[in-house]
Amino acid sequence: MVEEIQKTIDTEEEYTINMGPQHPSTHGVLRFVVSLKGELVKNVQPHCGYIHRGIEKMCEKITYPQIIHLTDRMDYLSAHINNAAVCLTVENALEIEMPERVKYIRTIIEELSRIASHQLWWCAFGMDLGGLTCFFYGLRDREKILDIFEESTGGRLIQSYNCPGGLMNDIHPNFQQKVKDFIKYFRKVLPEYDQLLTGNVIFQERAKKVGYISKEEAINFGLTGPSGRGSGFACDVRKRAPYHMYGKVDFKEVLYTEGDTLARYKVRIDEMWESMKIIEQLIDNIPAGDYAVKMKPIIKLPEGEYFQRVESARGEFDVFIISDGNKNPYRIKFRSPNLVNLTAINAMSKDHKIADLVAISGSLDLVIPCMDR
Amino acid sequence: MTNEQLKEKILKLNSSAAIAEGKTYLTVTVPSSELYALAKTLKESEDTAFDYLMCLTGVDYATNLGVFYHINSSKHNHSIVLKTTTADRENAEVDSVYSLWKSAEYHEREVFDLLGIKFKNHPDLRRMFLDDDWVGHPLRKDYVDTINIVER
Repeated sequence: MVEEIQKTIDTEEEYTINMGPQHPSTHGVLRFVVSLKGELVKNVQPHCGYIHRGIEKMCEKITYPQIIHLTDRMDYLSAHINNAAVCLTVENALEIEMPERVKYIRTIIEELSRIASHQLWWCAFGMDLGGLTCFFYGLRDREKILDIFEESTGGRLIQSYNCPGGLMNDIHPNFQQKVKDFIKYFRKVLPEYDQLLTGNVIFQERAKKVGYISKEEAINFGLTGPSGRGSGFACDVRKRAPYHMYGKVDFKEVLYTEGDTLARYKVRIDEMWESMKIIEQLIDNIPAGDYAVKMKPIIKLPEGEYFQRVESARGEFDVFIISDGNKNPYRIKFRSPNLVNLTAINAMSKDHKIADLVAISGSLDLVIPCMDR
Repeated sequence: MTNEQLKEKILKLNSSAAIAEGKTYLTVTVPSSELYALAKTLKESEDTAFDYLMCLTGVDYATNLGVFYHINSSKHNHSIVLKTTTADRENAEVDSVYSLWKSAEYHEREVFDLLGIKFKNHPDLRRMFLDDDWVGHPLRKDYVDTINIVER
């Protein structure tokens, strides 16, 4: 290995460096082996698996309600959405219709998770590109969402609020008022994000025309979520295969066609506005009723294959369960949006400067535990 | 296209394909030697245009190994599941679909790493998560690891 690296450095053409696993801009333990020619990136090889925990293998030994607690720990920034994906798969397999109240609350909390996730992405992305102030702005507002979560679900980062059959417990009496207060507050402060970063000349120079990927390539690479929509790929599962309340609320699928880092940035900012629009339509109309359906103490899925798509904050998150009729799945697969989005990084960063690699990997919004599972 | 139309179309392309009605999608089972050709036609035909690979899953069925392909069309928004199995557990080999969908690259590496299914014509088939000198494939049902897996 040492000899091999030595050889690549000695040749005048290209040399290889390691970026990560402990690099602040990889947002976790991810290692890029970068081939450089001068300052230009010629090839990027990501190395995954530093926090591979074998979640899929573990799930084969535990019951469906227990799986919920492991899905939280994959993509911890959209933990609630991952929970809902597993719950929906189980509920659809058993053909149990959820009460309206559950659908409303799940949708609202999912959208709050999405806002919180995009806020954290925004502040980390700003910091990656040298704007440290962003971090304080983003975390200041995210704290308010985490407080709402804490009151109703008991958890801030990892909530485990969904369970097959509904919710773990009912929402806190203050929930509606606090969400309404937050929306009112956030509508006022979200333009600050634009004032601080979007219009900034240094930021624009670093993001515009960096990491371009065309629509055809984005589809071919399976680039989903805001990263795919920045290239014009209409991949929003909320629109394409609606679940919860998404088929009944009015919102716009944010699409940009530029396909560069700035487009992916703008999609996320606009999505925060759309999420607020969804929450506002639902928050006043949460119907009364049960917050959970009574399920059998031991949940067994009938023999067969079950597939569920949901839109997490980073892209399409799929759960695929193969059941042999037992209380634990025969095989469970989680389609991680991060792992698939990472496939495109080599094509995106070709012939860009190494500093742009930070901007490109930041614009993909990678969460490593979801990638490694 | 509706599921019925897709079924008709696929039977016309490959009369030996076994088609099962799943919960939402059709599951088309074909031998591993015919999978690539079917996938290529489904991707390139105008009326099916399956250009987006949602998910690729490997399964160990104890006697044989299987691979599932969940594919979707960004234009028509219809989905279908392709399935293939291989009875050879020692040298399981399936054609790679990387040349059709580039998103298969890491999916296939992951399946190779955890289940030991080789993909023919994959550009860079290495282990994805585990070390290169790791022995065995953990997602197989007969995998034994007395140190790291605690049985209760």
